Amino acid sequence: MWSIISVLVENKPGVLFKVTHLFRSRNYNIDSISVGVTENPEFSRMTLTTSADEKQLSQIIKQLDKMIDTVEVKLLDERKSIYRELVLMKIKITKPSDIMEITDLANAFKCNVHDVRKSSIIIEITATPDRINAFEDLVKGYGVLETTRTGICALERGTNNES
Amino acid sequence: MSGARSLMVALEKEGANIVFGLPGGANLPIYDELYKSNIRHILVRHEQSASHMADGFGRVSRRPGVCFATSGPGATNIVTGIATAQADSSPMIAVTGQVPTKMIGRDAFQESDIIGITNPIVKYAFQPMTASEVPEMVKKAFYISATGRPGPVLIDIPKDVQQNEAEMTFPSEVKIRGYHPWVDPDIGKIERAIDMLLSSERPVILAGGGVIISSAFAELQSIAELLMIPVVTTFKGKGAFPENHPLSLGPIGMHGHAEANKIMVEADCVLACGSRFSDRSVGTFEEFEKNLKIIHMDVDPAEIGKNQTTHVAVVGDLKASLRIMVKMLIQKAIKRSGDNTWLKRVNETREYFRQNLKIHPHPLGASKVLRKLREVLPAQSIVTTEVGQHQMWASLFFDVIHPGTFFSSTGLGTMGWGFPAAIGAKAAKPDVPVVDIAGEGSFNMTENSLAVSVLDNLPVIVFLLNNFSLGMVAQWQRTFYDRRMIGIDLKNCPDYVKLAESYGAQGIRAENVDEIGKAVQTALKSNIATVIDIPIDPQEDVLPFVAPGTPLKDMILPS
Repeated sequence: MWSIISVLVENKPGVLFKVTHLFRSRNYNIDSISVGVTENPEFSRMTLTTSADEKQLSQIIKQLDKMIDTVEVKLLDERKSIYRELVLMKIKITKPSDIMEITDLANAFKCNVHDVRKSSIIIEITATPDRINAFEDLVKGYGVLETTRTGICALERGTNNES
Repeated sequence: MSGARSLMVALEKEGANIVFGLPGGANLPIYDELYKSNIRHILVRHEQSASHMADGFGRVSRRPGVCFATSGPGATNIVTGIATAQADSSPMIAVTGQVPTKMIGRDAFQESDIIGITNPIVKYAFQPMTASEVPEMVKKAFYISATGRPGPVLIDIPKDVQQNEAEMTFPSEVKIRGYHPWVDPDIGKIERAIDMLLSSERPVILAGGGVIISSAFAELQSIAELLMIPVVTTFKGKGAFPENHPLSLGPIGMHGHAEANKIMVEADCVLACGSRFSDRSVGTFEEFEKNLKIIHMDVDPAEIGKNQTTHVAVVGDLKASLRIMVKMLIQKAIKRSGDNTWLKRVNETREYFRQNLKIHPHPLGASKVLRKLREVLPAQSIVTTEVGQHQMWASLFFDVIHPGTFFSSTGLGTMGWGFPAAIGAKAAKPDVPVVDIAGEGSFNMTENSLAVSVLDNLPVIVFLLNNFSLGMVAQWQRTFYDRRMIGIDLKNCPDYVKLAESYGAQGIRAENVDEIGKAVQTALKSNIATVIDIPIDPQEDVLPFVAPGTPLKDMILPS
């Protein structure tokens, strides 16, 4: 079971270090982390995913909250949030027909296709981790040469009574 | 105004009138301004001692003690002191010099990334990159260090930032949006806590260090007396409750009082006040919480549920929470009589161990030595300890009468802490006698602070239980390693009487209990730094003993 934690932090040097150091020193595990400045340049938002158990998760939230540079810490409910990960995947091309087949799969998953060459092709997929894993499964047979993942970024959904 | 000058002005505005430190290349502009200011400087012989002095000062005065160190090795020398303060929630401001901003990251001479090094052991750290940032950072540092759960704050100032001139504004108030040290205690939960205590059959109060930090002695005592609940403490909480009080049982834990451990194990409900349920206090987490309803009051929400599952948690300043509880008890006219089977059991248990617990037969057995010290030392005296057997004997045999007069490195367990911390305590309360209950292994580590105690007129008494060895390690080797003794023999070196005298202090060897009494009295009267060297039995073990990783109920008693 994995959990998504959204942390609004002061946008200043050293804060990412402090957050990751907290996980290290308390022996928690970070599965993924993504960080970027928010609409307000004074803040950054970090999205962390972790596979901690319930007791550990509650400690992680409290310890993050205790940090002076964190402004808001939220455990996101998957059903009430939008969460995505971006993956770039370099896939091996062995015969010319591979290109067409992979491009068809990519279209079915709403992926972008980049850098088409005789020997490889790069696919860009933005989706939930489940969907990304499903896509990866389908193209595994061609030979995945290299991948890079951004880690999950997430936002809570709006509510209907917002002004 | 220069950055260094603004540091002094800001320190003075915060009421800091003393700093402990040692100058070096990267903090000379700060020292040049210290020269011009009214702040008293205590020159140490090693920066580690400066940090422990600031810590001791902070614990006793309950406002941050300040220490200065230069960059590089000066800064790394105070790391142990910062970690000690963090582990025991002690307010402290450490100001380090740093290489000039343009040199940072170039592996300059005496450069160390002290912000990075200390990250996990500070409450917060500042590094101003321009001089104008200094006043606000100092203000914030004191605010963060002293409020909520106190802790050490580092201010690392590059040399050019100390030298540069800027227009300075000194804020009278600061706000930090990610920091909310004050939470109002939840009244409903305090009500539930009272109900739980009243409906339990065998309640116990567990007083932790938080009682001492928030100075909630009177409130704690009122609750204990109104509800007639026996009080045990953690080691950090030793002296949170007068240890000569009829409801007092003393500290629980690895070397807790036998009666305290026994009663703690039998209890069905505990009101834990400002305690973090450390492994040294509770034995094993799983066994401790079995069949026990836990009410946990603490200022730090992250402590709730960290080590123990709680049934009622009250987050907020402990003094405020306990005060509300006292008010409720009085309003509801709740007052319980002490005539019940539980208190009878408590008193019988205490009496049983008093009568039957074997004491070490040696004429200078720890209990005899420390009870003699208690007998001759005025009750309001401040006592610190080093770390080791003597520390645990102090826990067992030295009763704290006046709440909040006993201090020890309980969390980090820093050998060498007690003596400089005692000097810091003396600086905070010069009119009160200060004694460091020490072992020679620990005292060795910071004994050069004798120079400070003598030259700066901060006389403390080092009550040295000398067993010529690293006694606690020796005990573990005797107990757990089949007597394979290694790395423990300190021989009779140095001669502590001569050592004291060489610093201009008083050295007295006391070879029986009478001589101990006389030596303490001489020290108290003479008002100069004194080392009382007491040759104790190297074979004495600290007992009772709860072996690490075992529950309190498996306590080993002296046989």
